[in-house]
Amino acid sequence: MAESNAFQCDEFLIDLENVSFSYPGQGPLLDRLNFQLRKGERLGLIGPNGSGKSTFMHLLMGLIKPDSGSVRLFGMPMAGEKDFKQARKRLGFVFQNADDQLFSPTVIEDVAFGLLNNGKTPKEAVALSKKILRALDLEGFEDRITYKLSGGEKKLVSLATVLVMEPEVLLLDEPTTGLDEQTVKRIADLLNELNIGYVVVSHEFDFLAKTTGDIFAMKNGQIRFQCTSDQFRPAG
Amino acid sequence: MLSEAFAGGNSILHRLDPRLRIVFATLFSFLLAVSKSFPTMTAGLGLSMVMIGLSQIPLKEVLKRVVVINGFNLVLFVLLPITFEGTPLFLIGPMACSVQGLILAVQITLKSNAILLIFLSLVATMTISTLGNALNRIHIPEKIVYLMLLAYRYVFVLEQEYLRLVTAIKVRGFEPKTNLHTYRTYAYLFGMLLVRATARADRVYQSMLCRGFKGKFYCIHGFSFSGLDRIGLVVLTLILILLGSMEWLNPMPFNVMNF
Repeated sequence: MAESNAFQCDEFLIDLENVSFSYPGQGPLLDRLNFQLRKGERLGLIGPNGSGKSTFMHLLMGLIKPDSGSVRLFGMPMAGEKDFKQARKRLGFVFQNADDQLFSPTVIEDVAFGLLNNGKTPKEAVALSKKILRALDLEGFEDRITYKLSGGEKKLVSLATVLVMEPEVLLLDEPTTGLDEQTVKRIADLLNELNIGYVVVSHEFDFLAKTTGDIFAMKNGQIRFQCTSDQFRPAG
Repeated sequence: MLSEAFAGGNSILHRLDPRLRIVFATLFSFLLAVSKSFPTMTAGLGLSMVMIGLSQIPLKEVLKRVVVINGFNLVLFVLLPITFEGTPLFLIGPMACSVQGLILAVQITLKSNAILLIFLSLVATMTISTLGNALNRIHIPEKIVYLMLLAYRYVFVLEQEYLRLVTAIKVRGFEPKTNLHTYRTYAYLFGMLLVRATARADRVYQSMLCRGFKGKFYCIHGFSFSGLDRIGLVVLTLILILLGSMEWLNPMPFNVMNF
């Protein structure tokens, strides 16, 4: 939940306090932003283009540094790259564009990449990768060439590359952009089956209504509670 | 673009250990490249043709590639005899065509064709991914290997972005002409492609960081050396020894400098 200081920091997996950020030569994009996420919480984040949603996610991953304010992940203050390296093992980030995420020639190599980085042996990495592909109904994709996958397949595989690392929180940046209805439904079902919390940035209210509990809006560099997703569920 | 046209197949060469194929093709190429004796070169060309036969790859596609390389060789056949000093073979007007120049052109043609065919039959018959993993396993520096793999992965994305940009300028009525507007448009096009490629490189690197990348790549593929590979190793080593001996026993009989 956002803008609540009534709880101890350690209760939050993600805790941003008064975080400000601006790109060089521009006004503040994030302006004393506060945001908290508790274990298992599923939040949606909406906002117009350029409102700083992706910047917010990059900031959580430590890909950019805030100008001021504090970032705490899993109860630990994030002082620098060293802290973020540890936090990234528990925080999964699915990029908006799957082509940015899938860089290996074959699917299995890409899915195994994160596991190998975290010290798994090639044998373990392959076994776990196959398991997650099976769980996502992507059996038989192991040796497929990543650039030859369809848009929907790429997105599902990039989800697999992150889920295989068993993150405690998932961050999804516009997971439905450019996908057909069937794939969007598949991703929604998949998210609903997960037993971890996540933050979804999306323009699609329908998708957020199906996959998240509370929806927040990004406005004037801050994140504010908008409504519960129930209010957006189609009648009946 | 890169289609891996020969990678699919189940010939005896396709089944041979990729590392063995790469090492042999490389040693074979070096041997032929430094060779000065015609018997070695012709034997090398003959052997590479046999390899093409064994690999069962479509001959039409092979011919297309052979034609390209021999287009360059044709230029050598025209230029080398008239530019290389030596015993004149015949005269075209004031120009003398030298025997040495002609021999050199023939040697280059034999060598280039043999090397091309051996690479088509042994190396082009594996996917780029397999090639990368095999190079990794034979201890080629991993930065080179991953540079190749990443370039291969993103060349398609860049091609798509290039085509998108080309479509975008076409639908607004752009027609290339010999004028400043055309040059400027192309400059913008390639500039934009470069900017996008750089931005993409940043994003790809970020996504790798998010999955714990620490500057080291790991290879999940192991290759096992089967019975077929052991036989292949013996046969290919014997071929190299044979070619090497031929070269050794025929020291420069056709060296252009002997004329």
